[in-house]
Amino acid sequence: MEGCGNRKYPEKPASVYFFGTCLIDLFCPEAGLDAVRLLEREGIEVHFPPDQTCCGQPAHSSGFPAQTRAVALAQLRLFPEPWPVIVPSGSCAGMMRHHYPKIFADDPRLLVEATALAERVYELSEFLSQVVRIRLIDHGEPTRVALHTSCAARREMGTHVHARTLLDQLPGVEVAVHAHESECCGFGGTFSLKHPPISSAMAGDKVDAIKETGAQTFVSADCGCLFNLNHTLRKREDRLQGQHLATFLWQRTGSEGGRQ
Amino acid sequence: MNAQHLQFVPASEFRQRAAAAVADEHLRRSFRGAMDFLIGKRAAQFPDASALERQRALAEHIRKYSLARLPELLEQLERKLTENGVQVHWAESPEQANAIIIDIARRHGTKLMVKGKSMVSEEIELNHAMADAGMEALESDMGEYIVQLDGEKPSHIIMPAIHKTKEEIARLFAAKVPGASYTDSVDELIGIGRAVLREKFRTAEIGLSGVNFAVAETGTLCLVENEGNGRMCTTVPDVHVAITGIEKVVEKLEHVPPLFGLLTRSATGQAITTYFNMISGPRKPGEKDGPREVHLVLVDNGRTQAYADEQLRSTLQCIRCGACMNHCPVYTRIGGHAYGTTYPGPIGEIISPHMLGLAATHVLPTASSLCGACGEVCPVRIPIPDLLIRLRAEAQHDARPGHAPLLGQGAAKSRLADAVWSGWAALYTRPALYRAFGWLATRFRALTPPMQSGWTVSRTPLKPASRTLHDEMAARNKR
Repeated sequence: MEGCGNRKYPEKPASVYFFGTCLIDLFCPEAGLDAVRLLEREGIEVHFPPDQTCCGQPAHSSGFPAQTRAVALAQLRLFPEPWPVIVPSGSCAGMMRHHYPKIFADDPRLLVEATALAERVYELSEFLSQVVRIRLIDHGEPTRVALHTSCAARREMGTHVHARTLLDQLPGVEVAVHAHESECCGFGGTFSLKHPPISSAMAGDKVDAIKETGAQTFVSADCGCLFNLNHTLRKREDRLQGQHLATFLWQRTGSEGGRQ
Repeated sequence: MNAQHLQFVPASEFRQRAAAAVADEHLRRSFRGAMDFLIGKRAAQFPDASALERQRALAEHIRKYSLARLPELLEQLERKLTENGVQVHWAESPEQANAIIIDIARRHGTKLMVKGKSMVSEEIELNHAMADAGMEALESDMGEYIVQLDGEKPSHIIMPAIHKTKEEIARLFAAKVPGASYTDSVDELIGIGRAVLREKFRTAEIGLSGVNFAVAETGTLCLVENEGNGRMCTTVPDVHVAITGIEKVVEKLEHVPPLFGLLTRSATGQAITTYFNMISGPRKPGEKDGPREVHLVLVDNGRTQAYADEQLRSTLQCIRCGACMNHCPVYTRIGGHAYGTTYPGPIGEIISPHMLGLAATHVLPTASSLCGACGEVCPVRIPIPDLLIRLRAEAQHDARPGHAPLLGQGAAKSRLADAVWSGWAALYTRPALYRAFGWLATRFRALTPPMQSGWTVSRTPLKPASRTLHDEMAARNKR
């Protein structure tokens, strides 16, 4: 769609902003830290504006535009320098990159700001592969991994290919393709609360498809999907658990290894 | 029977039907298999992604262009059709549409109407209205025939009987078709259906059909079909009544091929259908066949509500290919009947609120994970996820200043939801408060509730980490 394929990428910058996302902040800070570590290892200074909260997507997709706008507005001015804004989530990045300009379309002044911010928003794997042009050195044991790309990464940001590109740099990692790979895991934010039977059926099918590949783990660049699948697996008392792409990459390429 | 009553979709009933559907292993398997088959057939028709995008862009522009000029194109269409000898009727509501058709049928002493496939006729519940008026309306599309025989509604807009297995159809025919003995050979089953229908085509006083594209400049009604029953319905009986929504008009004949090509490939993965009918009027003096009278009924039924709004207008770009439902992970799991409306799946979720009102349908736009698969495959690029979000907002709020309220505007308003989201916004717009909340939620994570609404139905509870990313980053910066 709009984000796919035709984005022009800048040279690798000296500094970036990091937008951690509300899910990572509260439930999975390790993924955020690992993303920061990956960026810093590439010699990039990472700035974490302490006033950041949430991109506003939960209210947006639930049909509460006033609340969405208020929360989005609270993020809009946290990134004053012209540095890229790195988001370790396809759906939050998609919200800021594609929906912020629509949300502020009724206010020319804010629209200019929102558009300028949107142009600087990168999903983590997109930034690592297309801007940093990271070269990963694999220190891990041979393993078989499934990749679940979020719907926003795939259809809104067009960044699903970048997660795959990064994994393909690791000689010890075999990426197992699961059935119906492009299909939604059933999270959908408040959809998972409003329609549990449908959402659970989708999550169950996704988990089954990943299990069928015999993969030892699975990765995703979106924590919403990861929580949905991991907590479904735990309810089934299945030991398979997925990891955020940042954590997986950091663990395999190691703090002392990788590129120094 | 009352159409409104039939198509009312209380949230609780939708949830019950959806829950029953996902628990039905047989239904899950058959829909998954059928959708996978259709997805594969479509994909094989579009090997070149950039060529497809060019075609989608063209189709989108044709539809947008046609809608931008809809009022004048409809007038032009009426003028040209009238010149061609076609009688044009306008119906604002299903009741008006049914009354027009029943009046035509009665004038011709109709006992039997044969019908080609028409979703608009499903929308207005024509078959029930005809039965109430003492006339038979018989579906002649094989899928529609099967569904009608079993007293059901279509579960898919292109493949009405896709929820049925061969064996179920075999049992149905043996039980309901006079003289038919049990066979589960598909060819023999189709043979049985055709033998019945052949006789009906000859005796029906009226044939009814839908319209895929109505060309304003020439007054041509285009009808896309595979079985030849559409041609029979529109040529054999003395009277042909076509029925369609007001949005189906295009300006020129040259606008048809790009839409037709995407329609068939998106719908069934066919490069072209077996039949493409271009109907331009009744039998002329000296001609040996064709209907003596042709009518067109143009139905509004809520379409002008969508038309009046710049964003919602794109709903009317739809050419009814069904690709959105074929690719929808929700439709694939619950099937078409769970929706309870004429149009199921993503297109149904965005169009039904205009036809039936948000009071009756507000649950439907929530039945989506917003995965975007529908928008990705839509041949005319309807931004379905954006429209779902918009309808969710309209269902839960009063009309914005300067906007006319939609039918059933605000029907899902909830003080609790308002309070929850306002509280959420209050927290997430106050960074210090937000950080304090994060600190508390992580330090007291042992107190996280073990039951978390719908989440814990099939998942373990979400539990905050021991420290937030904000804490971790603040600690790092101090080092």
